Amino acid sequence: MKIVVGHLYPEYLNIYADRGNIAVLQRRAAWRGHELEVQAVSADDTLEPGAHDLLYIGGGQDREQALVAHDLKGKRNQLLAAADGGAAVLAVCGGYQLLGRFYRFANGEELPGVGLFPLHTIAGERRMIGDILLDTELVPGERRTIAGFENHAGRTYLDEGAEPFGRVVAGFGNDGASGAEGCRVGRAIGTYLHGPLLPRNPWLADWLLAHAVAHRTGGEAPILAPLTDDLERDAHAVSAQRARDRGGRF
Amino acid sequence: MMRVRLPLPALSAATRAAGALSRLAGAGGGTTLPGKLLWKLDPSAVARLAERLPQGSAALSATNGKTTAAAMTAEILGGRVRLAHNRSGANLVSGIASALLAADGAELGLFEVDEAALPQVASLVRPRVLCLGNLFRDQLDRYGELELIAERWRTLVRELPADATLVVNGDDPQLGNLVAERPDAVVFGIDDPRHARRGGTQHAADSTHCVRCGAPYLFHAAYVGHLGDYECTRCGHRRPPLTLSAAAIELDGLDGAAFDLRVPGAERRVLLRLPGLYNVYNALAAAALARALGASLDEIVLGLERFDAVFGRFERIEMDRRGLLMLLIKNPAGANEAVRTLVAGAAPTLAVVALNDAIADGKDVSWIWDVDFEPLLDGLERVVVTGNRAAELALRFKYAGFDPEAIEVVPSLERGLDRGLELTPEGGELVVLPTYTAMLALRRIVSKRGHVPPYWVRAA
Repeated sequence: MKIVVGHLYPEYLNIYADRGNIAVLQRRAAWRGHELEVQAVSADDTLEPGAHDLLYIGGGQDREQALVAHDLKGKRNQLLAAADGGAAVLAVCGGYQLLGRFYRFANGEELPGVGLFPLHTIAGERRMIGDILLDTELVPGERRTIAGFENHAGRTYLDEGAEPFGRVVAGFGNDGASGAEGCRVGRAIGTYLHGPLLPRNPWLADWLLAHAVAHRTGGEAPILAPLTDDLERDAHAVSAQRARDRGGRF
Repeated sequence: MMRVRLPLPALSAATRAAGALSRLAGAGGGTTLPGKLLWKLDPSAVARLAERLPQGSAALSATNGKTTAAAMTAEILGGRVRLAHNRSGANLVSGIASALLAADGAELGLFEVDEAALPQVASLVRPRVLCLGNLFRDQLDRYGELELIAERWRTLVRELPADATLVVNGDDPQLGNLVAERPDAVVFGIDDPRHARRGGTQHAADSTHCVRCGAPYLFHAAYVGHLGDYECTRCGHRRPPLTLSAAAIELDGLDGAAFDLRVPGAERRVLLRLPGLYNVYNALAAAALARALGASLDEIVLGLERFDAVFGRFERIEMDRRGLLMLLIKNPAGANEAVRTLVAGAAPTLAVVALNDAIADGKDVSWIWDVDFEPLLDGLERVVVTGNRAAELALRFKYAGFDPEAIEVVPSLERGLDRGLELTPEGGELVVLPTYTAMLALRRIVSKRGHVPPYWVRAA
C-alpha cells in the first residue's frame, strides 16, 4: 500500500534532526511492504485535506517559526479538515507550539496558531533543556514509555480537560510544573520531544503508521508485523537512564 | 569564596603551581586549572594581565575550525612575536586566563574563544582584532539556538571600538551582514565555483534564508554547509566584496589542498598540508587575522605551508603495525566535511565511529541525524560504533539503510578501538571518527600504550 506523508515546511523547520523521524517512518513502512511517499508542503503550497495520511511538522528557531506562522494562517482550515478526516499528525517542538492556539512572546505579542491542539504557549526566561522520560497510554491499558530530549523556552498550558501525550517521569514537560507533556487529539500527537523522537521509540512510529494506513483504507488501524528492535531497545534504555540520572532540572 | 584583588606575581605563582600539581597527579592536562583558580580568586586579574601585553590581543571565534585557524595564525606570527596563546583549545575565560599566566614576557595575545563566551572574553581582553569565522548549529542543548549566539555577536560588533579591526568570513550570511555596520571590515571567502556543492546547500544547512528579510537565498555557490556566494532575490542582501580570497583550489584527497591566496594587489599559491575545503577556510581566517596584525604576505604563505594539523582534529598515528586516522566530528557541518574528505580519498571499507554525550560533546545527540553519513556508508562493509551513545549511532546507520548485521555495537571505547584494529589488516589504516571527549579518551588509550605523547606535552 502507498502511504502519503505531508512534511510541513521542511526547509524551515528541521532544527532537531527531524529527518530522523521521517527516515524511521519510511523504513518501517517499507519493511512491512508499504511504500511511503513524502511530499513537502512548503510556504505558498496548498494543503489539500485528505491527500495525506500523515502530516509531520518539526521544530525551528524563533525567527523561522515566525515566518512559518504567517504562512500557516492560510492553511489553517485545510489542516483542521485533514485532521478531522482522520489523518495522523505528529508535531514536534516548534511545530507543536504552532498547532496550538497561540504563542505569546515576552513582549506580549502573539503569534496565532492553528488551534488543532487545545493549548497555548507563553515564552519563558530559562530554557528547559535535558533528557526526558514519559509514561504514555495511547491505547487504554497499554502503558508505554517514551524517551527523548527537550529544549524549549516556551511554557505550554493545556486547556481544561485536554489530554496530554504523556506524564513526565523525569524531565520538564509542557511547563516544567504540571507533569503533563505534549497533547493528543485523536490521531494527532504534539510533543516537545526530539532526539529524534521515533528511532528510540519505534512503537510510536508504528502507532502513527497504523493510523496512517487506517486513514488510507478508511478501516480500523491494522496490527503491523513485528520487527527486530534490539538496537532500538538499547538506545531507548540508555536515553531513559539519562533522563532518570540527570534530565530536566533547573 | 571571598574575592580580593591580589598582586599579579603572587597570583601567577600560586595558580601555576596548582597546574603543575594537577599534571604530576596525572589528573589530566592541567591546562585550565591555573586559570580557573585565578578567575575565582580575582576576576579582574585576567583583564590586568591582558592589559600588560604590549601589542594587545586578537580574538578568534567560530563554530568550526577555531582551534586550527588560531594555531595556523600562531604558526604565521610565531617567528616575529612572543604569543600568549591558548593552543590546547581551552577556550573559556579560564583557558584564556591560563594562557595569560603561562606566557611570561608575551607581547601579543592570540585567543581562540568559545562562541558563547566571546562577549565576556572580549570585554576582558579588549581585542584589537576580532576574527569571526562561521556560525553553525552546534550543541543546541548548551547554547539554546544559533540565533542567540548571532545576536550576541551582533551586539559585540556594534560595541567594538572604532580603532579595532573586524575580520569576518563573508561567505557566512550572518557574518557577511555585519559588514554593513563596519564598512572597514576585512572580509574573506572562497571564489571558486568549481568546488561548489552540486545541489546547493547541504541537508539541514543553517542560514539558508535571508538574515534581513527571510526569503530563501539563491546560492551562486555553496562550499561548506551554508558558506558560499549567496544572494537574496527579494531584498538584494548578498555576500560583501572579498578583501582576501582563495581561488583555483586543488584538493588532494587526504593529503592536502592548494589554492591561490588573493589579497589586494597580490596573489600567491599556498600548498596546505591539511585536506578539505574547510581547511581552506581555516587558512583564510588565519591569513586575514595575521594580516590585520601586521604579517607580510611572505610570512603568511610560509606559516601556512609549515603548518601541521592540531592534535586530534586530523591526525595519523602509528600503532601495532597499523595506522590510525583520526578525524574529529563534533557537529553536522564539521562531520560532513570529515566524511566528504574521507570519501574523496580512498574510501574506507571499515570505520570506527565514537559518540559520547558529555557536556563538551553535546548532551543532545540528535545532531548525528543531520550528518550526511550516507556517502561514507556506501563504501563501508562494516562499522564499529562505540562510546556511551553507541546504540544511537547504530540506529542512525540502520535507518540509513545500512545492514544491521554489519554494525557492531561496542560501547567501551577501548574495546571498540581494539575491535577496529583487529579488523584492520597489518599495514592498513583504521579510520576513527570520534566526538570530542571520545577523541580525548582514545588519545589517552593510545598514549598509554606509548604511541603518541599526551597533548599537554606536545602543546607546550
